[in-house]
Amino acid sequence: MALRGNLRDFTVTQLLNLVHLARKTGMLSIQGTNEQADIFFREGKLAYARTNKEDDHLAYVLYKTNVLSKAQYKAIASRAQGMSDKELGLLLINAGYVTQEVIINSLQQYFADIIRRLFTWAEGLFNFENDARPPADRITVRLDLENIIIEGARQLREMEQLMQEIPSLDIALKFTDRPGTNLRNVNLSVEEWRVVSYVSPKNTLRQIARAANLSDLEIRRIVYGLLQAGLVEMVRPELTPRTLDRSKMFPVQDKGEQRTLVNRLIDRIRSL
Amino acid sequence: MQTVKMVVTGPFSAGKTQFIQSVSEIDVVATERKISKADEKAIKNATTVAMDFGRITVDDDLVLYLFGTPGQKRFDFMWEILAEGMLGFIVMVDSTRPETFREARTILETFRAYAPTPYVVAANKQDMPDAWDVDDMRVALRLGQNTKLLPCVATDKESVKQVLLELLYSILEEMER
Repeated sequence: MALRGNLRDFTVTQLLNLVHLARKTGMLSIQGTNEQADIFFREGKLAYARTNKEDDHLAYVLYKTNVLSKAQYKAIASRAQGMSDKELGLLLINAGYVTQEVIINSLQQYFADIIRRLFTWAEGLFNFENDARPPADRITVRLDLENIIIEGARQLREMEQLMQEIPSLDIALKFTDRPGTNLRNVNLSVEEWRVVSYVSPKNTLRQIARAANLSDLEIRRIVYGLLQAGLVEMVRPELTPRTLDRSKMFPVQDKGEQRTLVNRLIDRIRSL
Repeated sequence: MQTVKMVVTGPFSAGKTQFIQSVSEIDVVATERKISKADEKAIKNATTVAMDFGRITVDDDLVLYLFGTPGQKRFDFMWEILAEGMLGFIVMVDSTRPETFREARTILETFRAYAPTPYVVAANKQDMPDAWDVDDMRVALRLGQNTKLLPCVATDKESVKQVLLELLYSILEEMER
């Protein structure tokens, strides 16, 4: 039976749990809103992962996991063109740049990070292709899924709580009117500063997240912190002003008559 | 006969039905059912599942209807239907149950999304010894200074009248803009 559906109905954590318990081998493809991820499993363990947004070659993985500097990555990437990951790995080990353990750890960290990002996807079509294998020239790992699943479940709970606090990303933020608060005196992380720099009633949270390259979970987490600190408050975005349709509210259309009607209501309530 | 309506909303057991009952000239037409969930049953025995309905006749030509929404989230499909064409709305909050403040905030946002009509927030059960102070509730509910947060005792007719009047004043103010 085909294992396909939408993350709305079946979360990434549930999918990983299924793969883990059924000891499945194959490729889980998830098409998100603007990114696609392919995760490969062998007998219920994580073997390989990639997204269409990032280079998935070994040199890039080593750079992303801080094993290589940007200059080293660029130099290797230009010289190792046409070389498979396995060949490059051997070359780096033999040259004494890295050990096999470092390469495996970097790959595991990079693949796990991809899956952590997937936990923040609330929507996306998924499809599991049985027995599909990673590209032959790539280095694979055998990573147990239990810890990742537990982490995913924890994130899911956090997301549910944040969804309660910030139900929609289509709202905007504005700074609170607190003359005593000076933002310069507040300790904010780089990501928080980035979000703060976009705070305006004109920018929705969704737009800020896109501009600051943050996932739904990350933007909600940061905004929740800013709200709790009393630095910002949620407002309706200015770009989508909604007009009050009085024709539906009142049985009369003339503004003067509407005012009279409200005054009649006031008099009546007072006399109750 | 002309009719207008106001909606009374808020979390489960905030006092919406009682609020309407205090000023309605008819017995509130309530769609209450016995509560099945154990945790909710500990709070009260019956709850509104579709809506409450109260009436205040203004004169021969005008009637105000008060609609109370079901407080439990699983009946929220009724909210949008009830919000259609409302003059304004009242968010009832139980001042003694801070665990419901977050939900009250969500309900407020939801109703604001349905229609940008004027609204007031009523801090109900202010006569109870463990009621939160209104100023503290303003902070907890994250309400701006411009939002009317009114102390209320839903069993007290005068208190309910004051909440309704404040909403009507807000409607008048909105019309002047």
